[in-house]
Amino acid sequence: MNQMSTEGYVTADGRQIGGVLMEMKNITLRFGGVVAIKDISFDIRQGEIRAIIGPNGAGKSSMLNVISGFYHPQEGEVWFKGYRRGPMKPYQVARLGIARTFQNIALFDGMSVLDNIMTGRLNRMKAGFLSQALWWGAAEREENENREAVEKIIDFLEIQNIRKTPVGRLPYGLKKRVELARALAAEPQLLLLDEPMAGMNVEEKEDMSRFILSVNDEFGTTICLIEHDMGVVMDLSDRVVVMDYGKKIGDGTPAEVRANQEVIDAYLGVAHD
Amino acid sequence: MIYREAGDFKTSYRDDSQTFPIRLDRWGYYAVLAVAFGIVPFVINDYWANAVLVPFLIYAIAALGLNILTGYAGQVSLGTGGFMAVGAYAVYKLMTSFPEVNVVIHILLAGGITAIVGLLFGLPSLRIKGFYLAVATLAAQFFLVWLFNKVPWFYNYSASGQITAPTRTVLDHAVTGPAASAPAKYLVCLCFAFVLAWVARNLTRGTLGRKWMAIRDMDIAAEIIGVDPLRAKLSAFAVSSFFVGIAGALLFAVYLGAAEVGEAFGINKSFLVLFMIIIGGLGSIFGSFAGAAFLVLLPVLLKNLLVGSLGWPTDLAAHIELMIVGALIVLFLIVEPHGLARLWTLTKEKLRLWPFPH
Repeated sequence: MNQMSTEGYVTADGRQIGGVLMEMKNITLRFGGVVAIKDISFDIRQGEIRAIIGPNGAGKSSMLNVISGFYHPQEGEVWFKGYRRGPMKPYQVARLGIARTFQNIALFDGMSVLDNIMTGRLNRMKAGFLSQALWWGAAEREENENREAVEKIIDFLEIQNIRKTPVGRLPYGLKKRVELARALAAEPQLLLLDEPMAGMNVEEKEDMSRFILSVNDEFGTTICLIEHDMGVVMDLSDRVVVMDYGKKIGDGTPAEVRANQEVIDAYLGVAHD
Repeated sequence: MIYREAGDFKTSYRDDSQTFPIRLDRWGYYAVLAVAFGIVPFVINDYWANAVLVPFLIYAIAALGLNILTGYAGQVSLGTGGFMAVGAYAVYKLMTSFPEVNVVIHILLAGGITAIVGLLFGLPSLRIKGFYLAVATLAAQFFLVWLFNKVPWFYNYSASGQITAPTRTVLDHAVTGPAASAPAKYLVCLCFAFVLAWVARNLTRGTLGRKWMAIRDMDIAAEIIGVDPLRAKLSAFAVSSFFVGIAGALLFAVYLGAAEVGEAFGINKSFLVLFMIIIGGLGSIFGSFAGAAFLVLLPVLLKNLLVGSLGWPTDLAAHIELMIVGALIVLFLIVEPHGLARLWTLTKEKLRLWPFPH
């Protein structure tokens, strides 16, 4: 086991945060000559809401892609639940209990909302080929059990009225919500949200913030999110990593980060030397 | 009884996810089945069986197969003709090598053999997509036809290079060979079409179908929710080829009786089946049947109209017929690019609100 995963801490609003769930150690990611992430280390603790912020092109999405297995860093180690993770394919990462949403919505347009969310539970459905082909026994039983779980998430995210609508017909804000629903359907231990509030109006942002907080509160899901709306980030998150030009320039509670001179420089613009 | 969901309450998830959620649809479905199984076999004659119903059912099976691959899993294939040839030659070798075994088992085995061949030719799909995959499957088409022409073992060293279906019986009724009667041929094809359509529906509504559609709609997102693209794509190729192989076996053994590979299973066949699913509707079971019906029935209909009613010479009518079918396909795709199945869905949606659409 990892020696760092022992003690947790208590947040400002009194929630107990557990040990280390995921740890990134000295991650360096290069695309040819371009260094997207340079020697970054941080950890995500059980039950916390962790934000990654930074100006455009800072390498935030690349970091999320490293966590979810799309990119394999040239250097550094990824630890999850106390074990070092080798280079994995995204679907293997998903099976570990890591779910995510995308910055540009990545839903299955040809399927209904219900089917989209049901895909989140694919890894829990084990019925054999024959049972599926004949729709008999395990296949049908699993379908109905998982439908029940999915309906709970549909209730939770308040999208009951659109469950049979094809996703392609939905407005943007609802699509974002359906994507969150699909990620939640997998009952992940770690939920990665890539700009969950991009392109939303104020009410939609408030709704989404409420959902993120209640996911964390009710299911105890650990959340790691990237977001540009500073107000939202500072309100939602327990700890923040700040990145700029592929480097980590700050890490700590929102208050600490806000007071960090390097962070202020990165956001307000100071000549880099 | 008006076409409504209202009042037809669903009290379980099982009821809610059934194939025909509207009562009138369910009745219609049972009625069609009752006519197909209960009435048609008693009134069918040779003309209706050979010109219309048997080819329709066989092509519907092929279209179902291709629709699973292209419509549900999003992998374009131009190798359908080649895979049908695999089914046909497999069933021929099995029928001549093991004459004592029931032909239904041979046909199923032929489907299985085609599934394995399809799996092999599906391997490139892991690397290439879209048009490039279409070209790769085109290679399969040409290779398979060449193979069945070149290796005499496949056609039992017959002088003509043709394969000819021997007479085989099911429940003491000949279904293949010259002695087969119209009702027997029709019933065999109908049973296969019915069971396979039901299997296709089951597969596409469940886990496997969702994996296929996820890969089709967005492969990156599919991977992130835990779909292994390798297994999803290859399973689509295998299942699709199983269907197509059975269609090929039936086409040769029940419908044609004798076949020469280049003629019966050439590239034209691949395009024909592809047109069927495009016109019928990609990603729809009903669309597979509708597309097959459209392309099998339309030429027959036109021929009857031009030669029978208007008294045109046969050769002229044959040429005009091709032009009309082509023009109709183009027209149709402009008016409704999503095919007959979409048209059907739209009609049903309108009907659901009729006569008070507001």
